[in-house]
Amino acid sequence: MSEKRYTEDHEWVMVSGDEAVVGISDHAQEQLGDIVFVELPAVGKVLEKGKEAAVVESVKAASEIYAPADGEVLAVNEALTEAPAKVNSDPEGDGWFFKMKLSDPSQLAGLMDAAAYKAFVDGQG
Amino acid sequence: MEQASATGPKQTVLYALHQELGGKIVPFAGYALPVQYSAGIMAEHKQAREAAALFDVSHMGQLRLEGADRIAALEALVPADLASLAVGRQRYSFFTNDAGGILDDLMISNQGDGLFLVVNAACKQADIAHLKAGLKGEVTLTELSDRALIALQGPMAADVLARLAPAVRTLAFMDCKPVDIDGAACLVSRSGYTGEDGFEISVPAEQAEALARRLLAQEEVAPAGLGARDSLRLEAGLCLYGHDIDETTTPVEADLTWAIQKRRRLEGGFPGAAVVQRQLAEGAPRRRVGLQPQGRAPVREGAELQNDKGEVVGKVTSGGFGPTAGAPIAMGYVTAGLAAEGTPLNAMVRGKPLPCRVAALPFVPHNYFRG
Repeated sequence: MSEKRYTEDHEWVMVSGDEAVVGISDHAQEQLGDIVFVELPAVGKVLEKGKEAAVVESVKAASEIYAPADGEVLAVNEALTEAPAKVNSDPEGDGWFFKMKLSDPSQLAGLMDAAAYKAFVDGQG
Repeated sequence: MEQASATGPKQTVLYALHQELGGKIVPFAGYALPVQYSAGIMAEHKQAREAAALFDVSHMGQLRLEGADRIAALEALVPADLASLAVGRQRYSFFTNDAGGILDDLMISNQGDGLFLVVNAACKQADIAHLKAGLKGEVTLTELSDRALIALQGPMAADVLARLAPAVRTLAFMDCKPVDIDGAACLVSRSGYTGEDGFEISVPAEQAEALARRLLAQEEVAPAGLGARDSLRLEAGLCLYGHDIDETTTPVEADLTWAIQKRRRLEGGFPGAAVVQRQLAEGAPRRRVGLQPQGRAPVREGAELQNDKGEVVGKVTSGGFGPTAGAPIAMGYVTAGLAAEGTPLNAMVRGKPLPCRVAALPFVPHNYFRG
């Protein structure tokens, strides 16, 4: 069983057992604007919850993507290297960033479901 | 999103229009201005390169100098040759300090009975104080705070504006003349900050919104915000004050010596002239250059530049993605010996060296109408 959860940093995490796919929310891509570059972590890199895992750059600025939990990078979305605009066109599908093996899936327990995330975004105005 | 308030950033006379058009409002140089509209920076950038884009640049300062001594008085503060500036013509210049540094860059046009100046919003008050303190003789300075400034930029800008005011067809690049547009007494210069053909229209504030709406109603025109303005000027190799030029950079270092005409080079007579003349003769210790990152990662302002030995040889002052160039582009300063086109350098981005080459400016050829 898998379900999509959201962080307060506007990332989505699709959890399936002890694996998770990570990307940025539709709201995040809209706020960032046209994305021109994505720097992905190396496969095998050990990520630490809350630390920088990737970088996404719009025309205007660079933004960091944080690891939602501790774990190891299993795969990255190589297609974003040549086609970073996929993050704009399909942020929560083809625009995924990386897949990771979770050291401790319970670290994701506090994340928001889609309804809670929507309320969070609306509350930020 | 924070709303502009009495204590917050100022609003231009087009603020309500920006909101109506879906502008994403940000504070910039003390003003609440749209960084982009719903189309987004990339589309707005292409709008200016391929058709015509409308920018609100009313935050910029518009000043008028009158009085018998105005030419000599202003020449004492800027290195431009104003004595030879014909009526209806405009020149790019800068206020210099005693070290030859740049206090602000500006446009100066000769309106026959006075000089018309356009200065940067962030420097406006300092410029006015500088002018008041430095202008000698019979000169009066007036801030034209009752006027807005609209830029219409792009290869179709002339067709669009000529539809409203056929007289603009006769303007060549850097002409600046009074033109009646729809009953508004405008001052129109054929210039801009995008590298494209286009116009900057000084319009009475109360008629600005009607003019903006009239222009936006033309099918070739769409609004563009500060984001596209920045990516367009970077592709055009144009300096942004406070970033690419400031009080610590001289016109020689900034590669802006084309804006110092021959008589002023010889005679001097502007603040810092001795420094500038020495650098003109002997060269400057560093130079502003274009930088072409070799990969796809943008190199941003502040990134350190290193040579192949890992020694710091310069700094990036503007950088981002060039939508028309289709690649990351940047500008920065490098020590004089490394300014030749093609010189390999490393920009330090997130602690990693990113290979760049010194590149010719502009990144996208200028498309000015020279008549």
